[in-house]
Amino acid sequence: MLVWFCRMKQYSLTLSAFLFFVLVVGLSWAGTLSSYIQLVLMFVGVNIMMSSSLNLVNGYMGEFSCGHAGFMAVGAYAASLVTVWCFTAESVFGPNLLPPAWAVVLFPFILLFGGVIAALAGLLVAIPSFRTRGDYLAIITLAVNYIVKSAIENIQPIGGARGFMGMARVVNGMKEVADIPWMMIWTWAFVFLTVLLIKRFVSSTYGKGIIAIREDEIAAEIMGVNTRRAKMVAFMLSSGLAGLAGGLFAHILGYINPGSFGIMKSTEALVMVYLGGMGSLSGSVLSAVLFTLLLEILRPLQLYKWVVVPFILILLMLFRTEGLLGHRELTDVFPILKRIFGSREEVHAAF
Amino acid sequence: MTLSIFIQNVMNALQWGSFYALIALGYSMVYGVLLLINFAHGDIFMVGAYIGFFISTFLLGAYGFQLPWKLSGGLVIFLTFLLTMALTAGVGVAIERVAYRPLRRKGVSRLYLVITALMVGLLLENGNLALLGASRRNFPELIPKVLYSVGGVNFSNTKIIVIIVTLLVFVFLQTVVLKTKWGMAMRAISYDRMAVPLMGVPVDTIIVMTFVLGSSMAAVAGILFAVSYPVLEPYMGALVGWKAFIAAVVGGIGEIRGAIAGGFILGFTEIFVATVFPSTFRDLIAFGVLLLILTLRPNGIFGIARRTKV
Repeated sequence: MLVWFCRMKQYSLTLSAFLFFVLVVGLSWAGTLSSYIQLVLMFVGVNIMMSSSLNLVNGYMGEFSCGHAGFMAVGAYAASLVTVWCFTAESVFGPNLLPPAWAVVLFPFILLFGGVIAALAGLLVAIPSFRTRGDYLAIITLAVNYIVKSAIENIQPIGGARGFMGMARVVNGMKEVADIPWMMIWTWAFVFLTVLLIKRFVSSTYGKGIIAIREDEIAAEIMGVNTRRAKMVAFMLSSGLAGLAGGLFAHILGYINPGSFGIMKSTEALVMVYLGGMGSLSGSVLSAVLFTLLLEILRPLQLYKWVVVPFILILLMLFRTEGLLGHRELTDVFPILKRIFGSREEVHAAF
Repeated sequence: MTLSIFIQNVMNALQWGSFYALIALGYSMVYGVLLLINFAHGDIFMVGAYIGFFISTFLLGAYGFQLPWKLSGGLVIFLTFLLTMALTAGVGVAIERVAYRPLRRKGVSRLYLVITALMVGLLLENGNLALLGASRRNFPELIPKVLYSVGGVNFSNTKIIVIIVTLLVFVFLQTVVLKTKWGMAMRAISYDRMAVPLMGVPVDTIIVMTFVLGSSMAAVAGILFAVSYPVLEPYMGALVGWKAFIAAVVGGIGEIRGAIAGGFILGFTEIFVATVFPSTFRDLIAFGVLLLILTLRPNGIFGIARRTKV
């Protein structure tokens, strides 16, 4: 019995994630959750992806990237262009290439394609950035954020500054095949994928190398970490996941414009990372949830919302600098969670 | 492009370059001493413009309570500059005192300071918006506009004033940093922050000095900007500030010469891009050029590469 329990323990996290997923999707499908709450839940998911992917660079690697929204924009536009081009009859792209029903199967792959394009954009940024000192990346990503936004504004066929739409029809096409909350399903499926990917990545040899770079880059290099390569891989992974989040964001809203991927969006992602604590994955998830909900709760304050939010954060920085969970995971803060959600290593160690 | 239009554009470029350069100075000095990217600096520029607005309108007697005597035009300009610089420097120092110093004392990673600076900037922008409302304010015409026309080139006296003031500020700061004891201390801190306090240099005082200088230069930029483009709004500092920061880096951050050079390079690129391409391409090409310069010279134009010794 005890053995069985211990063996089950390693699946408890997966199981509870799955239960959450079923609950959210089920309640949205049944219509218990209003469409506003559904929208907020999906934004929570997108923000979890943004903050945990940025945490990979800013927290685990100790660099300072401040143009995360630029990669989100690349992913959002890449994925939206492909879906609209393939599945809808559009005046710009002509009739649909594929039957709209195929979107059901192809949609996740197109999102991944958007992620890959964003990762390639990340590679372009990473090549010149990781040659000299740390702050260099901050400047380059900042400039790239502006360049991406400005470039999209100047490409008239995809709407320019007016924005791009048509994704709602793609989602409706999927709804015609089966009337289930598709976007909720894909959002949370990709959220779990992202979190799992980052968790596995930072506990892999590669990830350990990245943490070593944060602690001491020269020492890491002497110990045989290919620092340049490791930084590039981490940065590409981070920007790719941001692109994925962008693709989801575009299809949730059904409309995107370059203005929504400005420096403000990047700042939000940064805030979530530092609120949760650098180098803490559960912190990022927690802070993305809290921050998104906080913004929604403060919505009635309107103008004062963006006075209150920075103020809270400054106070947080002054009195709890390391964020909610700095360099720690939720299981370190509440050891009881460890008993419920044991890791695989511990289970193996127990035998 | 005829010669007269070309010269006209050069004048515009010099003017915009001056604004960027004046703001970039603040970024550069703070970075040189603290290694802190003070993202709130663009908003200090905005605060400076607003303070200048309130002081000048007060001095010109726009409010219910007035000064008992009437001031001459020259005195109004002088007092506006002086009081605005002092008050804005006060704002800068207050931010340093309240938000940055406690964090510095804790000895935490610089990245936390950067995020705090970002938040302070947001607080200034949105606090202003909430406090004063979204209505734009018209800056009074402090310096009566005079248009000159020399050989088909039209330019106003404000442009000349902006450029001359920037050059004076440059000479002044260069002297402060290179010739005075304070400047020597500032350079020493950026060179070795471990040894300098041990040599008896009051680091905190020097840092306050840096913020005073940086913020008052932002105030000068704010007033000059408001005189040239007399519409104030709370977000006016955001974009200009980010751009000035990149200009400071391109010039070589931590260098007075670098900030000036970077500011003018940015000004020239923006103005001349807008004459050749549609103006929507301005940001795109300006940032592209800056990135190119940074790729070729990662430490900026005047920056010196520092090797990490093991």
